[in-house]
This record gives sequence, structure tokens and C-alpha cells, in this order.
Amino acid sequence: MLLYSSITKKVLMALAGLFLVTFLCVHLGINLMLLKNDGGRAFSEAATFMGTNPVIKVAEIVLFAGFLLHIAFGLIVSGQNRSARPIAYARSNSSDTSFFSKYMFHTGIIVFIFLALHFCDFYFIKIGLVAPPPGIAVHDFYSRTLLLFSTPWYSLFYIVSFIVLGIHLNHAIQSAFQTLGWNHSKYTDAVKVIGSVYSVAIAAGFSIVPIYVLFFLN
Amino acid sequence: MNFTLKIWRQKNVTAKGEMVSYDVSGISPDSSFFEMLDTLNQKLITTDGDPVAFDHDCREGICGTCSLYINGRPHGPVKGVTTCQLHMRAFKDGDTIFIEPWRAKAFPIVRDLVVDRSALDKIIQAGGYVSVNTGGVPDANTIPVPKEKSDSAFDAATCIGCGACVAACSNAAAMLFIGAKVSHLALLPQGRVEAAKRVQNMVACMDELGFGNCSNTYACESDCPKGISVANIARMNREFLGAKLFSEKEKVIKESL
Repeated sequence: MLLYSSITKKVLMALAGLFLVTFLCVHLGINLMLLKNDGGRAFSEAATFMGTNPVIKVAEIVLFAGFLLHIAFGLIVSGQNRSARPIAYARSNSSDTSFFSKYMFHTGIIVFIFLALHFCDFYFIKIGLVAPPPGIAVHDFYSRTLLLFSTPWYSLFYIVSFIVLGIHLNHAIQSAFQTLGWNHSKYTDAVKVIGSVYSVAIAAGFSIVPIYVLFFLN
Repeated sequence: MNFTLKIWRQKNVTAKGEMVSYDVSGISPDSSFFEMLDTLNQKLITTDGDPVAFDHDCREGICGTCSLYINGRPHGPVKGVTTCQLHMRAFKDGDTIFIEPWRAKAFPIVRDLVVDRSALDKIIQAGGYVSVNTGGVPDANTIPVPKEKSDSAFDAATCIGCGACVAACSNAAAMLFIGAKVSHLALLPQGRVEAAKRVQNMVACMDELGFGNCSNTYACESDCPKGISVANIARMNREFLGAKLFSEKEKVIKESL
């Protein structure tokens, strides 16, 4: 992996990233079923489908590979970038650039921490690595979600994580297109706008669920 | 006009450098940035001081020799000009001006504000050329070039190789420089012949020299004195991927045959 050229590394990272971006859309769709006032029937059905369908099982492996690839290349590329300028400027850079684009590594780390916690809360319980909290069945994701979101600090952390993810995506989507060489005066502006709208939609969409649970369900 | 200058002073490549403060006074708003530095150096020389070393040559904005990272921007606060075309009227009277060398692992400091940019020459040597046979001069216009392609190639060819893109980049990447060189030659039929080899060799050379990777922050485009577009980086990425995935293999005839 270290021996790949800088562009190859970036391209693989971009492809993995775009795959993760499409996955977020699927995940959001399932999460929004929690808003349906049916005692979690639709949500649980979707969760069961995702947990048992053989095609999804294969996709899950691809998804984990995508995460690992994106994270590993992110760390390698960031490390190389840092070592490319051993002595920093006394006066920090004041070029006209998008502010968030300089913090992709930092936002990535925060999203990674969230992901680790998210795995402990759901995935590890599902595969039987961690015992579910007392009174909740292993596959009862609905009750598990409601319990987590009824804790205000957890909901706040969840929302902050998704705002950070939105910031990450805001630069990521147009950046992936540029890295893959898809830059043209015909569509680059549209890609930037769609990328920004998508990132806001993801951040807002995921945040709606804890807000709903905290303020409207009880 | 009066200014306080904070200038990076460093004896040689191995010495430890530091920011040193100087005061200059009576500077005309119409004098260039270098004339202001010349005034400071004249004062230093007459007071047995050590003049500040900085790169400059044509002072017309076309040679790409001058550098300087001024107040957090390569070539200073004015867009689309090199340091030699920057005038003191771009600053306010009494301003403190930070002057630093280009900072990158691939650009070692020679002295004070002078850095060794031969890494860019090495990248050019790796592929930034077209091989032309000697012989008679071909007739003009024998090779058709579409107008749009020649326009884009000319835009890319305005790169003067100053290295501001590397200095501006938060990762000290040289992608805009190489993107411009690759685009300039790949867009024209004369450069197409060696395009696949060129882009792979130039990128490999860039990686070897310790430049960073592109994270698409586009500081390079914003601070390029020639306004080179990052669309050239995307074109280089396309060229690179195309070369890696689809380029023809050279047929090697075995010795034994």
C-alpha cells in the first residue's frame, strides 16, 4: 500500500469514499423508519432484512473493506503530507481555500471515534461479541436505539458526530470527483452544489432521529 | 511609508534559522517589494550587517525566479502577480510584514529566503519534454491542432515553475505544477506520443522527491501568479489512470531469437 503512487492511493481512497457515501444513504433510509409511528415494526423488519439477506451479507464485507481501505490510505496520505513540510510557516497560510478542506484528517478522526462507539453499541452486540444491556434482546435494535437516544449526552454526541461527518462530506464529494479526474466546466459546479446539499441532508437526516426520540417520543 | 519586517534568516542549509525583525522607513508606495528589500539591504551593508539573500531575476513577472512567502501567501497579497510585480501600495503604512522562504521538504533552504527548487527541474527531466528528431524544419500547420486544445495547452503552458503552488499547499504538493506540465504537452499532438510514459515518470519522480499528496484544497490555484486551473490536476489524474490501466506495452524482442 505504501508503494502505490500518490495518485493511485488517492484514487483508491476516493472510490472507497464514494462507496461509503452511497452506503450512508441506505443507512439513513433505514434510520428514518424509526420516525414511523408503528412501535418500531418497519424499522425492525428492515434491520432483520439487513441482518439476514445473503446479498447484504456480502455487501457488508465489501463495506468493511471500504472502511478499512479509506481509513488506512487516509492515515498513510496524511502522514506523508505532514512530513512533506517539516518546518511550519511562522505566519499560517491565508490563501483563499475552503476552510473545512484543511481539516479532513481531523474530521475523519472524529468520525472514526464515532464509528468505533457505534460498533460497540450495535454491531458487536449483533455478532455476540458484547452482551446487550439488561432487558433488551440481542436483535432488538429498536429498543436499543430508543434507550441510547433517551440519554441526552449520547444524543448530543451523536448529533455532533454527524455535523462533523457533514463537514467531512462537504469537501469529500467534490474532492473525490476531482481526484478521479472528473472535472469539467459543464458539471463541476453542479457536483459541488450536489455534494454540499447531500452532506447537509446526511447530517440533518441522521440528527432528526435522536431529536425526535428526545423531544417527541416521550 | 514605514514597515516592520520579520524576515527568516538562515546561514546555510544545515544552520538553524530564526525570524529577525527589521525596520524600514521612507519607502515610496510606488516602489516594488524588491526595491524595498534592496533599501533594507543597502542599509544593512552600510552598517556592517549581513544583507538578506533572496531570489530574483527578470523582475518582470515572467521568469519564475522570485519567491517569498509574504504574510501567509506565496508572492504576497495581490492575486495573479509574482513578488517582483508586488508594490508597497498593497500594504498599509506601519504594517508588520512576515517574509519567509518557500517551505517544503523538497525545497531545502540555501540561505535566508533562497530555496533550492531543482526538485522541479528533476520532475521536468523525468518527462516534461517532447523527443524531436533532428532534420529539416517541418512546414507550419502540417499537424492540425484543434483551437480549444491549443487554448487549454497555452493556458497550462503559462506556468513559470516558480513553486508558489508547493508553497501554498498545506501538504507541500507539486500537483498543480506537474498537472500544468502534463496537460500542456498531453493536449498537443506532438506531446501525445510520449504522454503515457511522461505522466507515469513525472508522478513517480514527484513521489520520490518527497512532495505531499493533493487534498484538493485548491490553495495552489488561488495563489498561482499565472492563474493555472486545478482542472489541469484532474486532467493529469485522468492521464495517469489511463496510462496505468490502458497504455500499450513495449514489445521486447528476446536475445535468443
